[in-house]
Amino acid sequence: MRFRFRGTRGSLPAPGPDTVRYGGNTTCIEVRSDAGGLLVLDAGTGIRELGLDEARRMPIDCHVFISHTHWDHIQGLPFFVPLFVPGNRITIYGPPDPLTMTGIEAVLTKQMEYPHFPVRAAELLADIDYETLRDGQVVDLGFATVSNMLMNHPAMDFGFKVACDGKTLFFTGDHEPFYNIYEPGDEDYADYGKIVDERNRAITEFLRGVDAFIIDAQYTEEEYATRRGWGHSTFERALALAEEAGVGRVYLTHHETTRTDAEVDAILDRLKREWADRRVRFDMAREGETVEV
Amino acid sequence: MQDVKKKLLTAVEKMPAFPKSVHQVLKLASDINCPQKELVEVIKRDPVFTLKILRLVNSAYFGLAREITSINHASVYLGLNTLKNVALGLAAVGAIPKANVAGLDMGAFWLHSLAVATATRMLGSMLGVSRDEAADYFAAGLLHDIGKVVFALYMPVEFQQALARAAEDNSPLHEAEAESLGATHADIGALLAEKWNLPGPLRNAIERHHDVGEGGRSQLVDCVFAANQISKKLAFGAAGDFSSTPLPPGVEARFALDLEGLIKEMPTLDEEVEHARIFIKLGEAS
Ligand SMILES: [Zn+2]
Ligand SMILES: [Zn+2]
Repeated sequence: MRFRFRGTRGSLPAPGPDTVRYGGNTTCIEVRSDAGGLLVLDAGTGIRELGLDEARRMPIDCHVFISHTHWDHIQGLPFFVPLFVPGNRITIYGPPDPLTMTGIEAVLTKQMEYPHFPVRAAELLADIDYETLRDGQVVDLGFATVSNMLMNHPAMDFGFKVACDGKTLFFTGDHEPFYNIYEPGDEDYADYGKIVDERNRAITEFLRGVDAFIIDAQYTEEEYATRRGWGHSTFERALALAEEAGVGRVYLTHHETTRTDAEVDAILDRLKREWADRRVRFDMAREGETVEV
Repeated sequence: MQDVKKKLLTAVEKMPAFPKSVHQVLKLASDINCPQKELVEVIKRDPVFTLKILRLVNSAYFGLAREITSINHASVYLGLNTLKNVALGLAAVGAIPKANVAGLDMGAFWLHSLAVATATRMLGSMLGVSRDEAADYFAAGLLHDIGKVVFALYMPVEFQQALARAAEDNSPLHEAEAESLGATHADIGALLAEKWNLPGPLRNAIERHHDVGEGGRSQLVDCVFAANQISKKLAFGAAGDFSSTPLPPGVEARFALDLEGLIKEMPTLDEEVEHARIFIKLGEAS
């Protein structure tokens, strides 16, 4: 199995001279089996270029997994060229929207409604299927299996574990470690804390020993101090989780929108120093980079 | 007259208590910095609300892998934002019985109440009220016709007469009520608001939603009045009659628009009501 970062930016695309090395497109990861099976994790603006590459070898069969339906994880989808071409088979998987009681099919129909987009989803010519995922569901694609777990974000957000060619990869989608909303001394502190620990532990166990771990690490600890509850983790917390779960190699992603390449470099240097003696190997996710797992 | 008042008070006494949590949830949920702990605490203090939320998050719409057994559990599992939106939707439909009573189709009644609530909030926002106040505007719209529920439940014979009379003459229901019951749903709604200890402006809006005079005295009352006429004009649900009244000069002056003009300013009303309506279904989902 190998994967390629097609988009690494968090929240909003950030094009320009300061983001050319780590990338300005929002989240999209292309995953390919040794035999050529294609699955895609999230459909941020990075999926556009993948679509252009795929257009050269159509018809294609492709499985797109959406962690959650915030804009930065779906916005590239209407620009994914294979959707427009008959003969392509595309299956889109993702969480339900329990508040409007719709499934993942709304991910295209809603953003392609008349006031927002010139083509309606009904006019797409590829053979498109939708599968709304349940928490904990396992999808068998033949060339890979994809299992999910509900993460912590201000939306229904699935982390995906891909098992393929004897290797495993885990992608968090967007995720903030669970935390206790009560203070020590509050009546519910212990009960709430117990559930928080349970959830954090379940995630650690779920990703134990994966070969590649792609994780939301949008903030520094200083930034996080004023952004608790926004649904993203920090570099340090991401690495601590990876170390505890004993994963193979960590890729820190969902780069803060305003972060320049030089700033990412500086953070990486600092982390390499501070984590030199620890049992965790890591790097920053770079748009365009391919990793053989 | 004493006799009527006594009968009304007896009816009001029979109504169940107003869930305080509803008001608090509406307030908290309109705060962008809503503290998760506060929201969780408000929900926990209301066992009925707690049950409804648990029933909903354990429904197929959420597709969770394991059963959610407490509000703490729901809070950790789903997070503040999802919980907040669930609570907000459920709060709105939590206060009133669901089964049809004495000629009042509760589904249609609900839709009318939600439409007026949504429109009142939108009108308030047009006039620049804060997010916090907007929740009160919503609540005022939602509860403006609550007096009809009291009539339907506890004075059903006379209320049926009033409904029949209003339908026959195509006249406003509150006039028929005054003849059959000696009081209007606005009167008894105000009495109920008193029993429920609702805030003064809310009680005032319920009491005067058919009686704005020339308008221009209270912004909230004018908004509920206009929202009610808009909802009737657009036929969102029904609550006993369909006659809509033009806006009095004081109300028109406040918005610098007539009824038609206001409707044009609210193109998303349909969609927002639809969104609120989903929670009627959710509240019933088991
Ligand atoms: Zn994101
Ligand atoms: Zn997100």
